Amino acid sequence: MSVRVFVPRDTTALSLGADAVADRLRREADSRGLELTLVRNGSRGLAWLEPLVEVETPAGRVAYGPVTPADVPALLDDGLLEGRDAHPLAQGPTEAIPYLERQQRLTFARIGVTDPLSIDDYRAHEGFRGLEAALARAPQDIVEEVKASGLRGRGGAAFPTGIKWQTVLDAPADQKYIVCNADEGDSGTFADRLVMECDPYVLIEGMAIAGLAVNATQGYIYLRSEYPLAKQILDDAIARAEAAGYLGDDLQGSGRAFHLEVRLGAGAYICGEETSLLESLEGKRGLVRFKPPLPAIEGLFGRPTVVNNVLSLAAVPFILAEGAGAYADHGMGRSRGTLALQLAGNVKRGGLIELAFGTTLRTLMEDFGGGTASGRPLRAVQVGGPLCAYLPESQWDLPLDYETFAEVGAGVGHGGVVMFDDSVDMAEQARFSMEFCKEESCGKCTPCRIGSTRGVEVIDRIRAGDNREANLELLGELCETMEDGSLCAMGGMTPFPVQSALKHFPDDFQRAPEGDRS
Amino acid sequence: MSDSREWTPQAIQAEIDALKHKPGALLPILHAIQDRVGFVPEGAVSIIAESLGQTRAEVHGVISFYHHFRTSPPGRHLVQVCRAEACQAVGGRTLEAHAKASLGVDYHQTTADREITLEAVYCLGNCACGPSIRVDDAVRGRVTPDAFDALVDELRTQPLEVIG
Repeated sequence: MSVRVFVPRDTTALSLGADAVADRLRREADSRGLELTLVRNGSRGLAWLEPLVEVETPAGRVAYGPVTPADVPALLDDGLLEGRDAHPLAQGPTEAIPYLERQQRLTFARIGVTDPLSIDDYRAHEGFRGLEAALARAPQDIVEEVKASGLRGRGGAAFPTGIKWQTVLDAPADQKYIVCNADEGDSGTFADRLVMECDPYVLIEGMAIAGLAVNATQGYIYLRSEYPLAKQILDDAIARAEAAGYLGDDLQGSGRAFHLEVRLGAGAYICGEETSLLESLEGKRGLVRFKPPLPAIEGLFGRPTVVNNVLSLAAVPFILAEGAGAYADHGMGRSRGTLALQLAGNVKRGGLIELAFGTTLRTLMEDFGGGTASGRPLRAVQVGGPLCAYLPESQWDLPLDYETFAEVGAGVGHGGVVMFDDSVDMAEQARFSMEFCKEESCGKCTPCRIGSTRGVEVIDRIRAGDNREANLELLGELCETMEDGSLCAMGGMTPFPVQSALKHFPDDFQRAPEGDRS
Repeated sequence: MSDSREWTPQAIQAEIDALKHKPGALLPILHAIQDRVGFVPEGAVSIIAESLGQTRAEVHGVISFYHHFRTSPPGRHLVQVCRAEACQAVGGRTLEAHAKASLGVDYHQTTADREITLEAVYCLGNCACGPSIRVDDAVRGRVTPDAFDALVDELRTQPLEVIG
């Protein structure tokens, strides 16, 4: 009988040579007369083990990684197809790998397990049960279920998803929209990409449920152009879902319609801001809109619109299938459910970690991450993306939830955790925050457009030792102006990483930059 | 990225006509033109404006707002180096400097042999395995300066496809 062998096809696995591994496996098996069926699955999210090759055995799936093409002959010699653990790359049963076993995978239960495009696989792993449940319920019932789950927007703003849906449901209109924000631009985040590349139907299902909940018949996924593979997989998945009656004019014979289309962004970070995103979807420059009106009242093309992050929408099928209680049982305080953390940067074992709210950074970075990749001491960690604070060691034991982090001026954001070792120059990181804002500001409001340019200049003067104390004071004032006077989070939050660097790593601002030191 | 192809007003019009019925069609149209021609030619602006009932200034404003759209032909390959924080934490700045020095160009420039256009990118979503670059549509992870040079050599020695 032909043995099933899994070689992932997500961006990370491919970036480390997964296609070459798959080719080598096929050729090597052919030349040895071995029968194997190669499945191109998604990634399990254990990035440091990619390419992670799995073999199906009577006792379950067994993992080997990280595999290079040159390892393939020896792996086969050492009994890869029987799942033996003789080879040094053998990781044992996949689900027993501690990094995976210790997680609470609700949204990401299927990634890496299935062939991302197989509807049969999706259905065999609980797929479309949420949509089937939603089709049997009234819109208000669906909204109540999402409210009861305590789900809050996973894009970073943490607004209660059910309340947003209620606003759209209550807004009378002949056309409403569901817009998925898939403009995952924050450095250190890749959870949206993993959903789209490894389990696209869970996003499609979540959006269809949202459509049923608020009576919207058209959805758009606004996807960043930096994710060409996600585009290809989503387009393919949407076509297959239409053919199977999970999208289109008549969802599973219910008479209810929901259409879905992927639209590509064009390399503008600001389009992750929801009103800028809507402008871009309308075919315009991505200029931020004033709020109010809220997009829930006047959104895309002036119609009531749900704008949700990929992870918020991908959490919904579980909530509808298993009930709000099953989701809300996880978490702490007002942060219910699970958070997709993404361990990145200078980390030995980076990857996706889905856990209930309440874990600590130290647990993540040390127990899961194993410390830095460089082996040098950890010095700073940026949580929540380029608009969030850098945290020093004194803050690594705080429980990860929205309220606790907000109290110390930090953010959970989209769950990205970027680790830096002791070679980092925090004045340079602060300069980059301003430079990034300068590069990516939409230009509509002055504090962001001009403030970021002045921010780069003043940090350059501080680093050059030019009137340092006066310029440090000026930088503090500039940060306050940007925070208070900007129209959106881009200008309003760019000061957070800068201020945190100033507060927690002041010594770095008192010396000349690397290279200028004599 | 293949060679920048010749474009004609008819080709531009065909791309527009296939998409202009869509709500908010301008970005899809610009993507289609750039995918076909390699860039958005200056001459396409008035055709787009006319077809969509917009001013040329509006169309130009959209093209210039987005980093992705280019108005001049790129080299045969597009190489994007990630500048964002997760890559910085594992040597991204060194890689950036190396890429510029090794190719002899700055960002937004093309090598003299027209082989490679160098661009910056802010995050490719490969943040656990940086530093990352994107070569045309393929992302590469854990790119050391040596690996970068090997990759560039490989790109330059790929045989040109001769069509005709």
